[in-house]
Amino acid sequence: MNRFALPLALFALLVVVLAIGIRHSPEKGIIVSPLVGRAAPGFALPSLTDAHQRVSSQELKGRWYLLNVWGTWCVECRAEHSMLMQVGHAGVIPLIGLDWKDEDDHALEWLAQLGNPYQAIGVDHDGRTAIDWGVYGAPETFLVNTQGVVVYKLVGPLTRESWTREILPRLPRPASAGF
Amino acid sequence: MGATRLGLVLAVVLCGTGAAYGIDATSLADPVLEARYLQLTHELRCMQCQNQSIADSPVGLASDLRREVHDMLLAGKSDEDVRAYMVSRYGEFILFRPRFSWRNAWLWFGPPLLLLMGLGVAVRIVRQRAALVATDPDAADDDGRA
Amino acid sequence: MLPELGHFALILALLLALVQAFFGIAGAHLRRDRWLAAVGPAVAGQFVMVATAIGCLVTAFVSHDFSVRYVAENSNSALPLFYRVTALWGAHEGSLLLWIFLLACWTLAVAVGAARLPPRFAARVLGVLGVVSCGFLLFTLATSNPFLRLIPAAPDGRDLNPILQDPALAIHPPILYTGYVGFAVAFAFACAAMLEGRLDQAWARWTRPWTTSAWAFLTVGIALGSWWAYYELGWGGFWFWDPVENASFMPWLVGTALVHSLAVTDKRGLFKSWTLLLAILAFSLSLLGTFLVRSGVLVSVHSFAADPTRGIFILVFLVLMIGGSLALYAWRAPLLRSAAGFELGARESFLLFNNILLVIAAAIVFGGTMAPLIADALGLPTLSVGTPYFNPTFLMPVLPLLALLPVGLHANWKKGRLRQKQRQILTALAAALVLSLAVSLGVFAQAKILTLVGLTLGPWIILSSLLDPLDRWRRQLSLSRSVLGMTTAHVGVGLFVIALTVVQSFTQEHDVALARGEKASVGGYEFRFEGVRGLEGANYEGVRGSVVVTRGTVPLGTLYPEKRRYFVQGTVTTEAAIQMTRGTNLLIALGDDLGAGRWSVRLQVRPLVSLVWLAALLMAIGGAVAGRDRRYRLARSPAEAAPAAAGAKQAAG
Repeated sequence: MNRFALPLALFALLVVVLAIGIRHSPEKGIIVSPLVGRAAPGFALPSLTDAHQRVSSQELKGRWYLLNVWGTWCVECRAEHSMLMQVGHAGVIPLIGLDWKDEDDHALEWLAQLGNPYQAIGVDHDGRTAIDWGVYGAPETFLVNTQGVVVYKLVGPLTRESWTREILPRLPRPASAGF
Repeated sequence: MGATRLGLVLAVVLCGTGAAYGIDATSLADPVLEARYLQLTHELRCMQCQNQSIADSPVGLASDLRREVHDMLLAGKSDEDVRAYMVSRYGEFILFRPRFSWRNAWLWFGPPLLLLMGLGVAVRIVRQRAALVATDPDAADDDGRA
Repeated sequence: MLPELGHFALILALLLALVQAFFGIAGAHLRRDRWLAAVGPAVAGQFVMVATAIGCLVTAFVSHDFSVRYVAENSNSALPLFYRVTALWGAHEGSLLLWIFLLACWTLAVAVGAARLPPRFAARVLGVLGVVSCGFLLFTLATSNPFLRLIPAAPDGRDLNPILQDPALAIHPPILYTGYVGFAVAFAFACAAMLEGRLDQAWARWTRPWTTSAWAFLTVGIALGSWWAYYELGWGGFWFWDPVENASFMPWLVGTALVHSLAVTDKRGLFKSWTLLLAILAFSLSLLGTFLVRSGVLVSVHSFAADPTRGIFILVFLVLMIGGSLALYAWRAPLLRSAAGFELGARESFLLFNNILLVIAAAIVFGGTMAPLIADALGLPTLSVGTPYFNPTFLMPVLPLLALLPVGLHANWKKGRLRQKQRQILTALAAALVLSLAVSLGVFAQAKILTLVGLTLGPWIILSSLLDPLDRWRRQLSLSRSVLGMTTAHVGVGLFVIALTVVQSFTQEHDVALARGEKASVGGYEFRFEGVRGLEGANYEGVRGSVVVTRGTVPLGTLYPEKRRYFVQGTVTTEAAIQMTRGTNLLIALGDDLGAGRWSVRLQVRPLVSLVWLAALLMAIGGAVAGRDRRYRLARSPAEAAPAAAGAKQAAG
């Protein structure tokens, strides 16, 4: 090969990389979570709704559940709330809330206003549990299976699309999404 | 604009497009620990404002992570322990300096390799040209100009 | 009406650019000299149209026309006039228009200067510039039209991003883009030479002043951006290896290599294919930089709003322009041969090393910047590359380069004859070494290797650069602008190395929490916090802190760091307070209200940091002076030029 054609060849390689980069770009900034495929971190948090109760991973052992990280300060969480309400009431899978870096009274007010889709809500004031789950922005939703392994992580609000395309297919007996 | 894209844009706005930053006034009594704290907090990326370190980022997540580093150092953990803690939760991306692994090898081996190649090219060309000096009619010249 | 006029003007500009491109290239190729006559008017027409378009947009901003979407997104009724004008380039669409305008300006300048060039060659140059214009105009009209209307008109605008509401940042893009776009001229010259199938020393001589000027602008543009980052962002940092910063740094590195390579081609007819490739690369990197920041492919603190469709368009444009020129290169470069020779110790050797090392440096920056993309494409987990990677790896080619500079300056063409200058060079080195040890150990009681290396290289470069000019001056010989410029620029490099070394080695900083009346001591200075007061500005509100600075018993004044919240976008910015005292910069930035009157405060003592930008300015001045050397300005009619060119071609063999 003519050695003067080398720059052209290298450029062609670069174009391929850039083209792939563009194709992937809608997902830019979404970091693949190292938790997927591993055991979900344990947690034991005070319940938002009942001061004497705890919400813990122990109780959830052996069941599929969705852990939804939210806060009243989070604009996107408000956007996903109606979808969460549908998921919560459909009863397909328990929805556990993780109230992250929030004020309890704000959170209770929010739920009173918008409705409570959660079966249980744990309160994480200092953010330690969220860090254990590798949370870096709200809202985030984790799908955990009966063995306590994180099967899927969704960054961003839960939409009908992500529910039907990503979460339902991973459940053992895919229930109908027609709600 | 997809929902995740909107989220990303919001993250950028919250991070003030780099205009806002956090000042971390934490200090540790032991100067050795203090130095390690500063080093580590500058090495760890703020996962929300991804171009800032947790030392410089103003967001809550950054101060939470700084607190974890602080507590771990006081508890006697090593620098590697701290990094491993962060990586197991957030992945390799949280480290600003990519850890050496076979996947990153080309990043770290690249520069010395380039230098070697450059040396090879230079040697070849100089040899080639030095051989032509005798037959070159152009008078050697120096008027101090480039 | 005006926005539509602007839009229409852009369409006309595109048509004129097409005319310019077609008649320039085809006319020269088919030897239809009458077609060449259309090129000049097309250039002028395009310039007028683009100027009109920009004028319309500026008017829309100044007159608060919020029915224009771009104005509504980037302006506000409370925005001061100066920023209403600079908001023009505050976001993607407008900054593209600025690019196009600057390209039209450079093209016009080349057209005016083209009187001295052979007509067909000049036509090809302008034709290639026309192709570039077409690409950008098409891109703008198709995907990034700044004249789109908002119906119904917005009641008020979303305001200019507050961090752009700053004088330095306002002029940073125009100057930076002038540099970026200026490399298109070297690119056009290179393409014209390849299209014509010949490249001689005359070609190099024509290209040099354009390239050096573009390089000077780029130097100032980058320095401005860095300076702005320092005083505006308040972190005390001035270079973050951010992808957008790297996007401007890579063309600069290659541009520097190009400026030097052109010298060799001009003088000895050597390195022709190198020079050609560098000219293509410099502009290609400019184009690539544009792609990186506008396509959403890289996440960066700086990037414009991302959009994959735009990304695809730019990619196609890149393939055509860069792929096309590189294909031309693969075709024509093998024909460029020279029989000139030089010894190991000759100036050509040193400039060869210069070329190689600068290109390696650019490759390293390129690799690191693209690493996340490459990892993604290969399916690897996301890679992160930042300062901890770039700082050590960048030094690998740069340190040898800096060490070769003071030696290479004294090498003669072809035969080197360094032995004659050996004593002077070594004496300068010894002096620099002594100075370095004195400052490092004596003043700062430190002896880190890198510090000593930097403090030795800097003065050595300066002393070495001054040896010859001072000698000539003493003997009352003339100093051409070329030599003056070169010396100034190299002294600038030496000063830059010193400044960077001092800042990196001897900066002291401390982040503390202070209550009113409390003090902290950093680097020999005492800072006493005097609390904060409320503050109101034209389109913002905030707090202003006061900090009294003393050194020993000498009061040095009060500094007022601020934190502002801009009404419209709600963005919070930090305005650090900076004071220069005897060459040292004191930087104070306000952090957060920790309650009970306590605030977190950043205190930094940075010696010599301002020298970083002064040195860069000196480099740019050197370039500007050298570019105006009288050799480039010899008026030559085309008739004269042809035989002269032929003669030069023969000599270059």
